[in-house]
Amino acid sequence: MSQNQLLHIEDLVMHFNTTHGAVQAVDGVNFNLDTNRAVVILGESGCGKSSLAKAILRLLPRNVGTYSGRILLNDMDIMALSDEEFRQNVRWASISMVPQAAMNALNPVIRVGDQVSEPAIVHLGIDKKEALSLVRKMFQHVGVPEDFIERYPFELSGGMRQRVAIAMALVTSPALIILDEPTSALDVLTQANIFNVLKRIKKELGASFILITHDIATSSELADDVAVMYAGQIVEMSDAKRFFDEPLHPYSKKLMSSVPRLHGGKEPDFITGQPPSLIDLPKGCRFAARCPSRFEKCVEDPPTIEKDGRRVKCWLYS
Amino acid sequence: MVAATKIDEVKINNNKDNVLLSIDDLHVWFELRRFGFGHAGYVKAVDGVTFDVHRGETIAVVGESGCGKSSLMKTILGLYKPTKGEIIFDDKNLKDLDTKGMHWYHSHVGYVQQDPYGALPSFMNVKRILEEPLIIGGVKDKEERIQRIRKALEEVKMSPVDDFLPKYPHMLSGGQQQRVVIARAMIMEPKFLVADEPVSMLDASVRVEILKLLRGLQEVHHLSVIYITHDLSTVSYFSERIFVMYAGNLVEKAKVRQVLDTPLHPYTMALLTGTSEPDAKNADTYKEIPPGEPPSLVKPPPGCRFHPRCSKAIKGLCEIKEPPDFEPEPGHLVACWLYEK
Repeated sequence: MSQNQLLHIEDLVMHFNTTHGAVQAVDGVNFNLDTNRAVVILGESGCGKSSLAKAILRLLPRNVGTYSGRILLNDMDIMALSDEEFRQNVRWASISMVPQAAMNALNPVIRVGDQVSEPAIVHLGIDKKEALSLVRKMFQHVGVPEDFIERYPFELSGGMRQRVAIAMALVTSPALIILDEPTSALDVLTQANIFNVLKRIKKELGASFILITHDIATSSELADDVAVMYAGQIVEMSDAKRFFDEPLHPYSKKLMSSVPRLHGGKEPDFITGQPPSLIDLPKGCRFAARCPSRFEKCVEDPPTIEKDGRRVKCWLYS
Repeated sequence: MVAATKIDEVKINNNKDNVLLSIDDLHVWFELRRFGFGHAGYVKAVDGVTFDVHRGETIAVVGESGCGKSSLMKTILGLYKPTKGEIIFDDKNLKDLDTKGMHWYHSHVGYVQQDPYGALPSFMNVKRILEEPLIIGGVKDKEERIQRIRKALEEVKMSPVDDFLPKYPHMLSGGQQQRVVIARAMIMEPKFLVADEPVSMLDASVRVEILKLLRGLQEVHHLSVIYITHDLSTVSYFSERIFVMYAGNLVEKAKVRQVLDTPLHPYTMALLTGTSEPDAKNADTYKEIPPGEPPSLVKPPPGCRFHPRCSKAIKGLCEIKEPPDFEPEPGHLVACWLYEK
């Protein structure tokens, strides 16, 4: 276990009960994250990546079934905490989140300054005035003009609202920030701007990030590590450099080749078929049905194989 | 498939007969609500746009949200009336068409919406969704309607067709929903297709599949397509020419490779810088993005609309005079004073 380890997730499982059966949205996820690093969780829609974020933050839907595993945050087992302790000490205090479409999740009738200061007042125990000066500082970090704290969300552009949502996640100085598709609804230039902001925050505040996205190209803007998720499981985990140069898992390879490039390069390819239903998962390797390099071994569940510090869940590497 | 082949280029050599859609000095202004007798002004969503679309040609209109590209498209579709300017489709001016004429026009123009789930009525199954345009279009024979529905579904590679006919939109994946939207756009056998961000709501892996499908249909039916997008990276695989739109104007018009390899307008350059490619090196560098945001379309800046954000703006010129189109290299039009001869 490394010295700087911030987060350690072991065999995390979150299933939902539905009338059709259990949806295995998060099904045995393992990964580690060091301080001041960013890991990208890549995957198609419906692979369970947003559920993973919710499982880490214990934001459980009402129909949750199995919810188990171990999550260590700075060596503290946060799965063992009671809900109240979790709320007080973990959620937003140590781990905050910018939810999907956060810019549309702001309360339309409350000034943005008041909204952003709320977590600070609740978790840091400071008064409103101090909180607002903290908000001003955070707005500087994310590039929102300070006088915007007086404004209402509708007076802000999409990019500015997204920055406000990021400021809200930062205001308690959490050790870890989970970003769920932070730029998927934004324009190219706004997207690039937001990533500039995130990079700066990472450098200046030393925060760690979990970035959840399906957009491989923009994910490379922040990634130190990449985890590829498929049908509720992580099938590959690698440092960004080697991942973007040469992904190992056949699914990752396919994903990479589906990215259109601006300059030359090969024509992008697509992955035939569809991801399996999370209710009725196939036996053995879950990607086998769509995999170009499947062989007879793939009917059995592949082990996760360590190779030069990279992990890949595929029989090809055993 | 990347750029037009030689044969295509010969075909597209500005031959007047080859022009399917011609747009001349198009203005689309929306009036703001009046207060008393005062006049609050206009939102100038499209402000002087001129271009031709040739038969069998695909054009990408690239721009950020709020630049007027959707207003442009909706005006082309006949949903908005132009404030000024002409739209000529197949030698007929849209202005002169009566109800029957517009009927004819709509049956020749297909529309692929951005959000497939929102575009499909949730209470109709695939068969009814595809049958409706045929009924409205006056295909009376039931047998023929079914034949055409089957053909359209096969064309968008939704087979076996019988499995999909009774399905409702919520039973389909995002990619399949978008295929139904495309099938619906194609069912009247249009000559012209407007695709408004057809893949922006889809997963990366499905995007390419849908774009290839559209490309295939375009080639088979010799369609003209306007592909509206904000994502430059998908453009090179799908179009011959790119128009870059900023604040109601087209600022750069050229062939795909010209725009992607040698962009001329500072705004186009910024868009290209902002577009990421998967590379681990990205994480270590900041991107140089022009400051600020696109201007309000109610009171756009005088002169060049990009000048307040432009690092290359020429003082005393860019903020005063609106730049006309210059042509620094053949076929490459750019509205920027930097290229004044």
